[in-house]
Order: sequence, then C-alpha cells, then structure tokens
Amino acid sequence: MNAVHIAGVGMHPFGRHADVTATDMGARAVRAALLEAGVGRGGFGAAFCGTAYGGIATGHRVLSALGLTGGPIVDIEAGCASGAAALSLAAGAIAAGQYETVLVFGVEKMPAGFIRSSFFAPWQEAAGLTPAPAYFALRAQQLMAGSGLTERDLADVVVKNRRHGAANPDAMFRSAVTAEEVLASRVVCAPLRLWMLCSPNEGAAAVVLRAGDGDVRLRAAALRSHLPGYVLNEGTPMCGLIGADPPTPSRMAADAAYAEAGVGPEDLDVVECQDTDAARELLAYEELRLCPPGGSGALLRDGATALGGRLPVNPSGGLLSKGEPLGASALGQVVELVRQLRGACGPRQVDGARVALAHTVGRGANASAVVLSR
Amino acid sequence: MSDVEPVQPGLFCEAGLLGGECGACGRRHFPRATICPWCGHGEVAEVTLSSEGTLWGWTAVNAAPPGYDGPVPYGFGVVELPADGIQVVTRLVESDPSVLAVGTVMRFRVVPLTPGTVTWAFERA
Repeated sequence: MNAVHIAGVGMHPFGRHADVTATDMGARAVRAALLEAGVGRGGFGAAFCGTAYGGIATGHRVLSALGLTGGPIVDIEAGCASGAAALSLAAGAIAAGQYETVLVFGVEKMPAGFIRSSFFAPWQEAAGLTPAPAYFALRAQQLMAGSGLTERDLADVVVKNRRHGAANPDAMFRSAVTAEEVLASRVVCAPLRLWMLCSPNEGAAAVVLRAGDGDVRLRAAALRSHLPGYVLNEGTPMCGLIGADPPTPSRMAADAAYAEAGVGPEDLDVVECQDTDAARELLAYEELRLCPPGGSGALLRDGATALGGRLPVNPSGGLLSKGEPLGASALGQVVELVRQLRGACGPRQVDGARVALAHTVGRGANASAVVLSR
Repeated sequence: MSDVEPVQPGLFCEAGLLGGECGACGRRHFPRATICPWCGHGEVAEVTLSSEGTLWGWTAVNAAPPGYDGPVPYGFGVVELPADGIQVVTRLVESDPSVLAVGTVMRFRVVPLTPGTVTWAFERA
C-alpha cells in the first residue's frame, strides 16, 4: 500500500458561533489546511466532507464559497465518526492510487442540549426512550461496577481534560474546574452530572492528505461498526441477548488500526479519545488496550493520562473542553495530534511525541481509530 | 381503556411486551420485527414476552428530551427477561435511582404517558 502523509491541517474553533454559518466555518478550516499544504485550485483530486446535521451538499457549499469546486465532492455521514470515515475513505483512495492529494474536512452546527437524532422512530421519542445521556449513564454504571470506579473518578476525568483544554485556543471551555465543582453540577442521568457530559456544538476541521512520505504519516484509519447482541451497543437497540458480549466497535477498530500501522498500544505517546462523557474516556482506555480490563481507574489515578504523564490522553482538552460538533470532531482530534507530532502545541505539548492515536465512537454505530506518526 | 391509545400499536398488550420469535434460530427480540435481527431469517412469530424480569441497569431522566411530552423525572433502564433470553430497554416506574439495585425483581405494567396515551414500564414487584 502506498504511504500517505498529512500535508496540511486547519481548524475553526469549536464553540458557539451564532453569527457564523456552517459554510463559513468549513471554508475557514479548509482554507487554512490548503494554505499549509500549499495547495490551490486543481491541487486536490477529490474532497470528502464529514457531517451529520449539515444537510444536502454541505461539502459543495463550503468549496463553492472558496471557488474550489469542479472535482468530486462527497459528504460522508457516520455519526460521531463522520470525519474519521471521510479520512479513512480518502486514505484508501490515495493508497489505491486513485488520487494523489485529497481534501478531507468536517463541519457541524448543532443546537444546544439533547442531541435529537433521526436515528429513532417518533414513538421512541414519545415514549422517552431516546435520550443519549440515559444510555451513557447505563454504560457508565456497567463500567463502574466492573472496574471499581467511583463518581470521584468520573469527576477527575473532567478535571484533567478541562485543565488540558484551558491551554487550547480552539476549545469551547477554557477554564480549569475542581472535582468538587463537577460533583456539585446537576444530575442529568445518574451517575452522570452536567459537567461530565460534553456539549454538542459548532466547528470545523480540515486535513489535506497526500501520497508519499512527509513529516507526519497517516499509518492507519480503521472503521468498525457494532456487532448484534449487546443491549447497550452503539446501534442503540431496544433489546439484547442475555450473556452476549461481542467485541465493541472501538476495540475492533483499535485492533485493526494497530495491525495496519504495525504498532501496539505500548508504542503510543499521545491519544485523543471519545470523552462524550467522563466514563466514556475510561471505557476507551480499556477498549483501546491502554490498560488491562478493569485497569482504567488505576491508569487515571496514577496520572499516566494527564499531561506530563506516561501517556497523555486528550491533551486538547477532549470533547469535554472542546464540545462535540459531530462531523468535525474526529478531524479536530487529528488536527490536534498532527500539531502534537510537530511539536507545535505550546503549553499543552506532549514532549517528544512520535506515535499518536485518535479514537471516536458514537450512536451512529461506527467507531474509528486513526494512527499517526512522525 | 377505550379513551386512551398506546404510544404505538403493536408494542405491548395488558399481559406484557409483544416480541418476535425467530422460526429458524428460535431467539426472541423486541419490538417484533419482520426479519430476525439476530440471524436474518424471514419468518418471525409474535410472542407475548414474560411480565416478570430482573433489573440489569437503571438511571432516571430528569429533563424532557425532544419529542417527549410525558412527566419528568422518569425511570429508565434495562430489564432482563430470563424466560425469553433477552434484555429490553424500558421505562421504569421508579425515578429515584437510589431505591433500585441489580437483580431487583421487576414486573411489567401499562402506565399513563400523556393525556390520551399510555406506554409500558417495569416496576418493583
């Protein structure tokens, strides 16, 4: 397979941008990435746009705003993994020799509060069976019981990520918080409190991929979906089979990415993972094999996953600091990791980072794992 | 009950949830589908699922999500139906998570949702 590298990255900060359209956010991120890559009109063979709520031809609108249409422009929807799905398809096309250079971007403008999803039938909403935080809470409860985690551990994930995010100009929340403050925020769905949940929001991120070697290589971009049977799987089924315990999509995507990249979890220097809620980050430690089963609490309490620790996780501040614009969030992780690998992250820099992993998973049932190296 | 309607027809009766049983693999599911979600077989028979089960997971929803006009807070969880071999996502009558525990015996019942509609829930037996 042909080597693929990252030729340029760009980002529109994640947050609330009432006066900026999704198209403008996307155009700013794309323009920055193309400038960094030294690419202009005709300089990329195709464009893939990750978006979940953008509507028809979101990617076309962004590239029209820049006068960069003419080539193929395809929108990709894969829930929270939409941006990573776009990246995966683009990398595959380059590796197969179809294109030399591909523009990948993600853009989203979401309302505040509960994420409303066309995933569900209207009766499921009417019956109260759709709120995402309730499903997150059940999964958190299972993890806490199985791994000996406490509410204080959940709060400490928030404290860590918000401390990291305070140094990220692209984050929505840029202030540190204390565990006491987190545990004093209102209960949304026990055991999850408001500050333990990320905010759906707005933003854009862009990446230019190119064939051959460069300073940051894309080593793997794997996608997997849920297997049937588990009642809390990412497909949000209404039932499951008693005793079913299939590998999760995050586990499958990570294992595929490790195999493709020829690295293992022990080789990683920095990770960006899906912290939709605080427990989700701890579950990711176990799914991504950053610790043995049941070891997520020890990894957190040791400080291993904080900046300055053995394996910093979410140095960007994670979704808990940045918020989650669905189509853009996975590429936001990639932008962060490229900057980490280039040593360009200032006060939140992971010193000497050479191998990095980005992970997303969500209700769209897809999980992604992306491995980058310098 | 003539002046109220179920939140959706075909989901439950007074005796329990209406599930499907696959004609090939024999496994059950809810709500009833026309194709078995476990093996893809195309013949599925309707079965009334067990009205008694045990609690597997639980929480409470404290604010009304989009598209929901019922009372808040309300209980939400997963109940295991050993006689059917499945777990179902369900509303719970108890909206105080602190009174529930893994393995609590739970019983099916029909409950009011909005003026004019009913849904199902499980409550402590």
